[in-house]
Amino acid sequence: MRSIISVLLENESGALARVVGLFAQRAYNIESLTVSPTNDLTLSRMTITTEVDCRATLEQMMKQLHKLVDVLRVSELTEGSHVERELMLVKIRTPNAELRQEVKRTADIYRGQIVDITPNLYTIQLTGACSKLDAFLATIEDTSEIVEVVRSGVCGIARGEKALRS
Amino acid sequence: MEMLSGAEMVVRSLQDEGIEHIFGYPGGSVLDIYDAIFQSDKIEHYLVRHEQAAVHMADAYSRATGKVGTVLVTAGPGATNCITGIATAYMDSIPLVVLSGQVPTNWIGDDAFQETDMIGVSRPVVKHSFSCRTAEEIPIAIKKAFYIASTGRPGPVVIDLPKDVQSPLNKFPYEYPESVSLRSYHPTLSGHKGQIKRAVAALLSAKKPVLYVGGGSIIANASKQVLALAEKLNLPVTNTLMGLGAFPGQHKQFIGMLGMHGTYEANLSMHNADLIFSAGARFDDRVTNNVDKFCPNAKIMQIDIDPTSISKNIHADLPIVGSIEVVLQQMLDLLEETQATNDSESINAWWDQINEWRAKDCLAYQTSETHIKPQQVIQALYKVTKGDAIVTSDVGQHQMVAAQYYPFKEPRQWINSGGAGTMGFGLPAAMGCKIAFPDRPVVCVTGDGSIQMNIQELSTCMQYNIPVVILLLNNRSLGMVKQWQKMFYGGRQSHSYMDSVPDFVKLSEAYNHIGIKVDKIEELEPALERAFELKDRVVFIDVAIDPEEHVYPMQVKFGSMEDMYLSKTERTDA
Repeated sequence: MRSIISVLLENESGALARVVGLFAQRAYNIESLTVSPTNDLTLSRMTITTEVDCRATLEQMMKQLHKLVDVLRVSELTEGSHVERELMLVKIRTPNAELRQEVKRTADIYRGQIVDITPNLYTIQLTGACSKLDAFLATIEDTSEIVEVVRSGVCGIARGEKALRS
Repeated sequence: MEMLSGAEMVVRSLQDEGIEHIFGYPGGSVLDIYDAIFQSDKIEHYLVRHEQAAVHMADAYSRATGKVGTVLVTAGPGATNCITGIATAYMDSIPLVVLSGQVPTNWIGDDAFQETDMIGVSRPVVKHSFSCRTAEEIPIAIKKAFYIASTGRPGPVVIDLPKDVQSPLNKFPYEYPESVSLRSYHPTLSGHKGQIKRAVAALLSAKKPVLYVGGGSIIANASKQVLALAEKLNLPVTNTLMGLGAFPGQHKQFIGMLGMHGTYEANLSMHNADLIFSAGARFDDRVTNNVDKFCPNAKIMQIDIDPTSISKNIHADLPIVGSIEVVLQQMLDLLEETQATNDSESINAWWDQINEWRAKDCLAYQTSETHIKPQQVIQALYKVTKGDAIVTSDVGQHQMVAAQYYPFKEPRQWINSGGAGTMGFGLPAAMGCKIAFPDRPVVCVTGDGSIQMNIQELSTCMQYNIPVVILLLNNRSLGMVKQWQKMFYGGRQSHSYMDSVPDFVKLSEAYNHIGIKVDKIEELEPALERAFELKDRVVFIDVAIDPEEHVYPMQVKFGSMEDMYLSKTERTDA
């Protein structure tokens, strides 16, 4: 089962390595990991997406994360109502006018934005849940050549009053 | 405010933390700290012959006293030689602070001479680590390190100290913080009140309870509470390898160690229990055997200060996070308050059953006309020391035999590497204990494989006159490996024998110690008596034991807790 874990931790050197090391050491899987300082610059907020075989593994993973001395809070997002977003930049080859129009149309449908143009390429920015980004890539691949893809990994937050604070 | 260099701050901070003993080995990156130690009259430093031994000494010093062990080593190989020792302490939750030198900050990352990323190398086996990039950070890092190492579930903490940060040329205002708090670190000590109530109710209604006591009870100094609860409710008690001594080994309610080489009665009691109450134990694979067949009828109640230990291997029906001492006291208080008790009739029936299993006398063994049996050696040791020695051990058959045949009276009397199973632990461990308790008898029970893994420390013993007794159960082979090869590998003894075991008597004499060779059973007790009478000398007793003896009982692989080999020819009904 796919889970999204939010982690609030000290913004200190070595803290990220401890989290990544924990996942490697205990054979946990990381599908994506994003980390950045928060509005409080002494803290970092991390979103980890992972695939676990059962609820017990997820619980153990969260307890292990919480055990790290640098970690303040750990919470699971997918169990409750939440918002998840990922940013993607895709470079697509558009060698002729017909394809340029087709790619532009598809980007519009997915609410993507063209952020860079060359005579032969479009670079498109797209945000949304992972499944939306996957669907966009599948659609584009039917007609055009994808030159390069970069994805940020998932950022997530709970809906409503629930908040991860120090 | 007093002005000190980084190196002086390290030593002053340790003094202000109350550290009296430190174990280590100098080198280029820590020369400034060593110079500061030279000028301190408050800290006694022990120079080892290999850094791994320094960590084991500090570790055992901590296990014996409950204080934090402290180590100082140089960068690179000095630091990496500590890793086995740090991992050993980590697995058994022992509080240590390891200070390691580092190349100057402006060389870090340049593959400088003796540069190793100690923070990175040690990361998987430490509770936490600090790298000080300025001298001003040193006192607070040291304060935090001791706090983190010794609270919650204890463990080793590494502090990396680059050479330029220690420089005697730069002085900074020094103040050692009185206390410290971390917003991200708050160990839970007292148990949830609702869970305490439920735990007491479950314990009172259990008809076949077992109190399963692990090393956490020793770390939490909870022996008094364990004994009080066990006696109040007439509970059978089993100790893990790490828990030996937490409950008195000669007590009538003690049913022996459990697990792979546990007693018949302990393993059968576990398997047939309706309630298993774990206090500071972690359902290790050496205890549970096959988890799918583990104690099919038991409700599991587990207290641990570390939430990750709860339900990790076996699901806990009733988890309580907290210090064993505090939680058990809460339970005792509630029992006192309500005056409730359990049904003595069903508990007595349970004891009748357990006593039937006990009558099997699973630790009985055949003596021989021609060979000394390892069990005889441990029993003689128990007799001569009247059960009062601090016993350290290495890893293998001798360790299991010592655990089975020396009933420990009190906590912190049995010092061994349980989780990591580190050969070479025993001798430096004995030295650490002797430094902590110079007036108590300390013996290292070891094997001919293990003792050679840190034998160089006989030299440290000579330098500081650390008079430990070394009791070598010499079977001229790696006994436990050989036992497995005989039982599961068609008897093919691949690299498990030693055809070049040294003359340990001569070797001891080379270090100005006393060596005694024992080949006959009648020589054993006199040798032990002489060894413990010579209070100011290291005595190395090399006992030739039966090389074919196996350790029994032994759980059958992939079986339940009750599936055991009881001797070379007998096993329980599968």
